[in-house]
Amino acid sequence: MTIREVRESIRTGARSAVEVCRDALARIEALDPQLHAFNTVVADRALARAGAIDREPERWRDAPLAGVPVALKDNLSTRGIRTTASSRILETYVPPYDATVVTRLEAAGAVIVGKTNCDEFAMGSSNENSAFGPAKNPWALDRTPGGSSGGSAAAVAARLAPLALGSDTGGSIRQPAALCGVVGLKPTYGRVSRYGLLAFGSSLDQIGPLTGTVHDAAVALNVLAGADPQDATSVPEPVPDYTTALTGDVRGTRVGVPRALLAQGVDAGVSRALDVALDTLRSLGAILVDVALPHASHAIPVYYLVATAEASSNLARYDGVRYGFRARPDPGRSEELRTMYARTRAQGFGAEVKRRIMLGTYVLSAGYYDAYYLKAQQVRTLILRDYEQAFTQREAVDVIAMPTSPTPAFRIGERVEDPLQMYLADVFTVSANLAGLPAISVPCGFTADRLPIGLQLTGRRFDEATLLRVADAYERETAWSKQPPPILSR
Amino acid sequence: MLAFGMPAAFTREDVAKIAALANLELEPAEMDLFARQLGDILSYAEEVQQVDTAGVPPTASVLPRHSADRPDEVRPSLDRDEALANGPDAALDAGFFKVPRVIG
Repeated sequence: MTIREVRESIRTGARSAVEVCRDALARIEALDPQLHAFNTVVADRALARAGAIDREPERWRDAPLAGVPVALKDNLSTRGIRTTASSRILETYVPPYDATVVTRLEAAGAVIVGKTNCDEFAMGSSNENSAFGPAKNPWALDRTPGGSSGGSAAAVAARLAPLALGSDTGGSIRQPAALCGVVGLKPTYGRVSRYGLLAFGSSLDQIGPLTGTVHDAAVALNVLAGADPQDATSVPEPVPDYTTALTGDVRGTRVGVPRALLAQGVDAGVSRALDVALDTLRSLGAILVDVALPHASHAIPVYYLVATAEASSNLARYDGVRYGFRARPDPGRSEELRTMYARTRAQGFGAEVKRRIMLGTYVLSAGYYDAYYLKAQQVRTLILRDYEQAFTQREAVDVIAMPTSPTPAFRIGERVEDPLQMYLADVFTVSANLAGLPAISVPCGFTADRLPIGLQLTGRRFDEATLLRVADAYERETAWSKQPPPILSR
Repeated sequence: MLAFGMPAAFTREDVAKIAALANLELEPAEMDLFARQLGDILSYAEEVQQVDTAGVPPTASVLPRHSADRPDEVRPSLDRDEALANGPDAALDAGFFKVPRVIG
């Protein structure tokens, strides 16, 4: 069921919030042993909450998410619910407060069903960096759901919850959405409060929804968006009702296509699906325009220099003093403070997190700062200017279209030996984070072997409305998201 | 074109130095693996050196500078026991986090 269907059935009295919740929990129980989309399921808490909503129908009548089961990526703080970021170092950490997005969801009537699996501290593109084992792709269980919000994408694709939240630092909402055949929206930097998100790359991180339809993404963004006194990087821009943007009309909308960027390295099936999607948009009245993003090809090295630098600083707090895990000293030996820190981190972090902390520490260290970190920040300015130009010059476009991922879902284990190869998969997603722009992935077809493909649209700052309008018009025409993954028909 | 040379490859000693800065105790096998992988990643990242950035300001944040000031008022915050609850070996009664002895 979609958010819209859940709300409709509860509003009309066809079903209670408890019935909807029981169904979701039953599906999780039946399918999650295969998918491993969840790190933690909070069945009792969810049923109690659904019951409370049923008992006060008047109070919740107009709440946009009343009775809607929601899954949260396990890097979003939940008061009283274990929050691990899929890391050993936080395996037993129970936050004493809620992230602002959690508070907002619950105020809108959402029923939290659990915390989803992800790459450790959101670092990865395949979910294989989870300390608890990877989530699986509902379209092919031997393939990754993408990452880092892979559990959230798998949960929505397998209809375990109509809404899941993810976080997106370099594509971590959009890429798994594409690989699992669902909708994933990364809002503008500053659109959604990050208070309570376990920080990875602070100038890049943004929280957003994964849903079955574009309409549901608009409903979720209505609830999530807005300034928050607890997050100084949230911006006091007015929040429109995003559902009113879904007019189905894209006549005259200018869609930019960065042809040069798409010339190589894109899987043939993905390329074909993009071309067909662009034809569909044109047939609906959109105008296709070539755009040049001359610096976008540098986005990956810039991203991995900036994001790892920020991560090395953000993850310094996990030192065995304030959170969860602390390494024990060798028996009979007293231990120094620095040794305790270093051991705790050695035992608590997985290989990819260590690799990124090392890389970030290096690029920030004396003698290399200017050559790597500062240089990357300068190229970041050029990438940002490319987009500004595309959106404001004389032939300005309203959105820019490209594939979300250059390939469909890859096999679990296929890329783990080669971190650089894994990083290259983020080629189309990292730019939106570097430029702080909103971007959405919407299903746009399947490869020959029935793996989902995603169309990515990037928009102007704080213009999620246009992104949602174009994505919704495309979805109405195609309805790829109505096709269920094979795991549902077994 | 660069004022100084980039390390072509990482030695185990380089990795040990970075690991010490990052407070990470690495196994010998990890040292070798990271020496190779960090070298690969950085030689790929060196392509940014080719970009002409003369006169281009760095972007640390995409937000326009804005004031996040607020009135300096006392507001409710976490209670002490809650703040200490996740600290290994924290001394709840005394209200302290605990760490190994630092002064002899």
